[in-house]
Amino acid sequence: MAELVATPEAGGQAEERVAVATQWQLMWWRFRKHKLAVGGTLVLIAFYVVAIFADFFAYADPQESDAQRSLMAPQPIHWIDEGRFRPYVYALKGTRDPLTFKRVYVPDTTRKIPIAFFGRGEPYELLGVIPTDRHFLAVEGASASQSLFLMGTDILGRDLWSRLMYATRTSMTIGLVSVALSLVLGVVLGGVSGYFGGIIDTVIQRIIEILRSIPTIPLWMGLAAALPADWSVVQVYFAITIIISLIGWTELARVVRGRFISLKEEDFVMAAELLGCSKARIIFRHMVPSFISHIIAATTLAIPAIIISETSLSFLGLGLRPPAISWGVLLQDAQNIQALVISPWLLIPAFSVIVAVLAFNFMGDGIRDAADPYL
Amino acid sequence: MISYIVRRLLLAVLTIWAISVLSFMIIHLPPGDYVTSYIASMSASGSAVSEGEATALREQLGLDKPITVQYAKWMGLMLQGNFGMAMEWGRPVSDVIGDRLTLTMVISVAAILFTWALALPIGIYSAVYPYSFLDYVFTFVGFIGLAFPGFLLALIVMYVGFAWFGANVGGLFSPDFIEAPWSIAKMWDLTKHLPIPAVVLGVAGTAQLIRIMRSNLLDELRKPYVMTARARGLSEYRVIMRYPVRVALNPFVSTIGYLLPYIVSGSIIVSLVLSLPTVGPLLLKALIAQDMFLAGTIVLLLGVMTVIGTFISDLLLMWVDPRIRLGRQ
Amino acid sequence: MPDAAKPLLSVRNLKTCFFQDEGTTQAVDGASFDVFPGKTLGIVGESGCGKSVTAQSILRIVDRPGRIVEGEIILSRADGSEVDVVKLKANGREIRAIRGGDIGLIFQEPMTSFSPVHTVGTQIMEAVLLHSAVGRKEARLRGIEALRSVGIPKPERRIDEYSFELSGGLRQRAMIAVALASNPRLLIADEPTTALDVTTQAQILDLLRKLQQERGMAIMLITHNLGVVAEMADDVVVMYLGRVVEQGKVDDIFHDPKHPYTKALLQSIPSIDSTPRVKLPTISGSIPHPFNRPTGCPFHPRCESFKPGRCDTEVPLLKPVGEGRTASCFLYQ
Repeated sequence: MAELVATPEAGGQAEERVAVATQWQLMWWRFRKHKLAVGGTLVLIAFYVVAIFADFFAYADPQESDAQRSLMAPQPIHWIDEGRFRPYVYALKGTRDPLTFKRVYVPDTTRKIPIAFFGRGEPYELLGVIPTDRHFLAVEGASASQSLFLMGTDILGRDLWSRLMYATRTSMTIGLVSVALSLVLGVVLGGVSGYFGGIIDTVIQRIIEILRSIPTIPLWMGLAAALPADWSVVQVYFAITIIISLIGWTELARVVRGRFISLKEEDFVMAAELLGCSKARIIFRHMVPSFISHIIAATTLAIPAIIISETSLSFLGLGLRPPAISWGVLLQDAQNIQALVISPWLLIPAFSVIVAVLAFNFMGDGIRDAADPYL
Repeated sequence: MISYIVRRLLLAVLTIWAISVLSFMIIHLPPGDYVTSYIASMSASGSAVSEGEATALREQLGLDKPITVQYAKWMGLMLQGNFGMAMEWGRPVSDVIGDRLTLTMVISVAAILFTWALALPIGIYSAVYPYSFLDYVFTFVGFIGLAFPGFLLALIVMYVGFAWFGANVGGLFSPDFIEAPWSIAKMWDLTKHLPIPAVVLGVAGTAQLIRIMRSNLLDELRKPYVMTARARGLSEYRVIMRYPVRVALNPFVSTIGYLLPYIVSGSIIVSLVLSLPTVGPLLLKALIAQDMFLAGTIVLLLGVMTVIGTFISDLLLMWVDPRIRLGRQ
Repeated sequence: MPDAAKPLLSVRNLKTCFFQDEGTTQAVDGASFDVFPGKTLGIVGESGCGKSVTAQSILRIVDRPGRIVEGEIILSRADGSEVDVVKLKANGREIRAIRGGDIGLIFQEPMTSFSPVHTVGTQIMEAVLLHSAVGRKEARLRGIEALRSVGIPKPERRIDEYSFELSGGLRQRAMIAVALASNPRLLIADEPTTALDVTTQAQILDLLRKLQQERGMAIMLITHNLGVVAEMADDVVVMYLGRVVEQGKVDDIFHDPKHPYTKALLQSIPSIDSTPRVKLPTISGSIPHPFNRPTGCPFHPRCESFKPGRCDTEVPLLKPVGEGRTASCFLYQ
C-alpha cells in the first residue's frame, strides 16, 4: 500500500501559508482554481476593452448608411497572399440579380485590398481626449468604410462590425449603471430590513415579495412605452436603467438582509456593542467587511439579467431607440424571420449577448464559491 | 395551517392591488388621456368630435376628477368585468383579449411542467454524483441555458426551422384550427404545438432549478437522517429518493412562486418571435399604438393570473410540507 | 444459549481512510477489538479519534470519500455462520440485511436522525418491513409495541406524529425503538447521551440496560464520557488517532490503566476527592492535524513517558499486558 501519510514538515509549511493569508488572498486562491470563472473573467476584460476603445476597434462610422451596400454578407479574409502572411479582402461589386431583383455582391478578384492591423483610418479621439487616427483594423490605399465589411451590412448598408463595437460599449455599460442603482437600493433596504428587524423588516419583506410576484417584462414594456417619444437618446438610456433597477434590487436586498440577519447573532457583533461602538460603526466597520465578498458575487450575478432585460426591451423597440446602438437595437433587424434567413449574419449580436451573459455567470459563480465555499 | 393560508391570501390581495396601481399608472402616464386618444382615433377614421362632446365624455368617465377618484371608478368597472374599449380595434377589451390570456397561461404551465420534468432528475443526479463527468456536463449545459434569453433561443429555433427544414415552427395551431371553435381536436392540435414554446420558455428556468435542487439535495445528503436510513438496511435508491429528495422537494416546490412570473414574463417576448396567439404580441401592438387602456388591462390581468398561480403554488407547498401543515415555524 | 466465549463481532486491524484533494486522512489506523454477546463494550476517546468512523465501517456506511482499505470485521450470525463484513458487496443484499437486522445503530442527535417530513411510524414500520416478512398492519402493531417497550406513553398516538412533535427525551427513545424494531443482536450507540441533559441521560442509560437484559443484546457504546463508560461497560477500548491504545475489562482499565494516554485521561477527570485549589491535570499539547500525523507512536508528542529513538520511529502494536488486556505501548514491549 502506498504511503498514505503527509510528512509533518510539508504539512506544517502549508498550514503556515494558509494561516497568515488575508481574506482576499484566500479568496483569490480559491477563485483561481475555478477554470471557468477565470476564463469568464478574461472574456469580460476583453469585452470591456472593446467597450472602452470602441472607436479604436471600429473602422467605419456606425451611422453611415449607403443603400448601395445594403445587406452585404460578411467578407471572408484571405490570410496568405502569394506565400506571405498578408491578409486582404477582395473588393466587392454590387449588382442586381435580374431574376430576383435582389442585390448580389460579387468579389472582384482583380482588386485585392490589404488589411493592416493598427493602421490609419478615420480620425477620432481616443477615450474622448487623445486625437489619433489609428484603428485596430484599417485598409491600405482605400477608405475602410468603403471596402471592409467583416460582418456584412444591415439593410441600410451600415457596417455591422463597427456597429457591434459601439453596441458592446452601450450594452456593457448600461448593465453597470443599472446594477449600481440596484446595489444602492438593495444594500440600503436589505440592510435596514435585516439589521433592524421587526415591523420595518416585515414591511420591506412584503414589498420585495410583491415585486417578485409581478411579471417584470410586461411592466417594463408598459413603463418604457410611457416614456415621451421626444426624449433624447441619453434621457431614454437613463430612464431605462432606472426602470430596470427599480425591480432588480430585490435579489440583492435578499442577500444583504440574509447576511445581516445571520451576522446579528454573531458574538463579535455583541462584543462590539458591549465595547460601546455606535451602530454605524458596528455596521460599517464590523459587519459589512464580512459579507462584502457575497455582495460582490450577488452583484456580478445580477448584471446578466440586466443585460438581457435591456436587450429584450430594445429588441421590441421599447428600450433604446435608434440612433442609439446596443445589442438589442441591432437585433431588431433580426425580428423578421424571412429577412433573417437571407441575411443570417444579422444574428451575430445574439452571440455577443450569450457570451457576455455566460462570462458574467461563470465569473459570478467563481466569486461566490470563493467567498464562501460552504454556501 | 389556517394562519398560513390567511397570510398568503392577504399577500395575494395586496399584490393584486399593487399591480392595479402600477397598471393604472401605465395607462395614465403618457400625455393626454383616454379622450384625447379617442378623439385622435375618431378623426383618423374621418369623424370629428366636438368640444362639447369631448367635455361630456370626460365628465362621464370622471376624467375631470382627481386621480384617486378615477382609480376608484376604474377599479369598480374592472371588478364588474368591464374592461373598457380598445382604441385601435374599436371593440371591448375583453373581446380583443379573448382566448389569448388562457393560451398564455397554458404555455406558461406547459413550460413549468417541462422545467420540472427536466430539472428534478438532473438535479438529483448531480447531487448524488457531484463532480462526476455528467455533473459537469449538466452544469455546463445548464449555464448555457441560463445565458440564452428566451427570445434569442426562439429566434435561433425559428431560424433553424426555416433555414434547414423550410418549416415555420411558430404558432400554436395548424392553419385549419386557428379560427375554429374549441373542441377536443383543437386541444390535441394545441398539444402537438406546445413542445417548442414550452422548451424555449422553460430552458432558462431549468438551469436555475437544477442548481437549486442540486445544492439543496447536497445539503440534505450530508444530514444524519440519511445515514440512519441507510443503517436501517434500506436500498441505496430508496435511501435517497424517499428521504433527502423528499425533503429537498420542499424548497423546489416553493420556487414555482417565482418561476411563474418569470415564465409568464418571458412568454411575452417569446410569443412575439414565435408568432403565438397569446397576450404578448397584443401587448406590444397596444403599447406601440399608445392604446394604454388595452395595454394597462393586459398588464393587470397578467399580474392577477400570476398571483393566482402563485397562491395555488403556496397551497401546493402546504400540502407537501407537514411542517407548514402543522403550524411549526 | 449464546456462546459467551465466542465474540459476536470481531474487528481485526481495521483501516479506514478519507481520500480528499487536500490529502489523505487515516481515520482508523489499525483498530482491533471484540464484542461479546450480551455484553457492553465501551469505546472511549477524544473527538476525532475515529470512534464514529469505526462504527460506520462496521455497517459499511462510511461517507464518501472514505473507504475501508484494510482489515476484517467478522460478524457471527444467528445461524452460527460467520461473514466478513469488509468483503461484502457495498450496499448489496447481505449487508443490507445485516443493517438493522443483525446490527442496529443509534446516533447522538435524535432530532436530525429522523426525517422531518415523515412520521415516526413510517420510519419504524419501514425498519420492521425490511427485515421481517409481515404485512403493514402487523408492522404497525409491532411499531406500537416497539414504542411501548422503550417507555413512550400512548404509543398508538405517537406513532403517527412527526419527530419535531416529540420532546428530546422521547425522540431519543423513539430512535432506540427504530433501531431495535427488528431485534438486532448488537446495538451500536454512537454518543447516545451527549446531547441530553443529565436526568434524561440517566433514563436513557437505564433503558439501554433494561433492553439489554430483556433481549440478551450486545451493546457497543461509543462515548467520550468516562462516567458513562464506567457505569455501563463490561469491556473498554481506548482509542487515540484511529488506533486502539488499550483494551481490557472496565475495572482493570479504571483502576489499573496501563497506557500513558489512559492514565492521563483518568487523571484529568475532576473528582470530589481531589485536592481543592490545585490545577486540574490536563494532557499537554493538542490533537495533531490529520494531515500532520506524528511518526511512530501517534501519542508520543504528548506522552510523559516518551522515549526518544523508539517511540518516534516505530509504531507500537497491540500486545497483551495482562489477562484479557492489551495495550500498544513500548513501556510493555
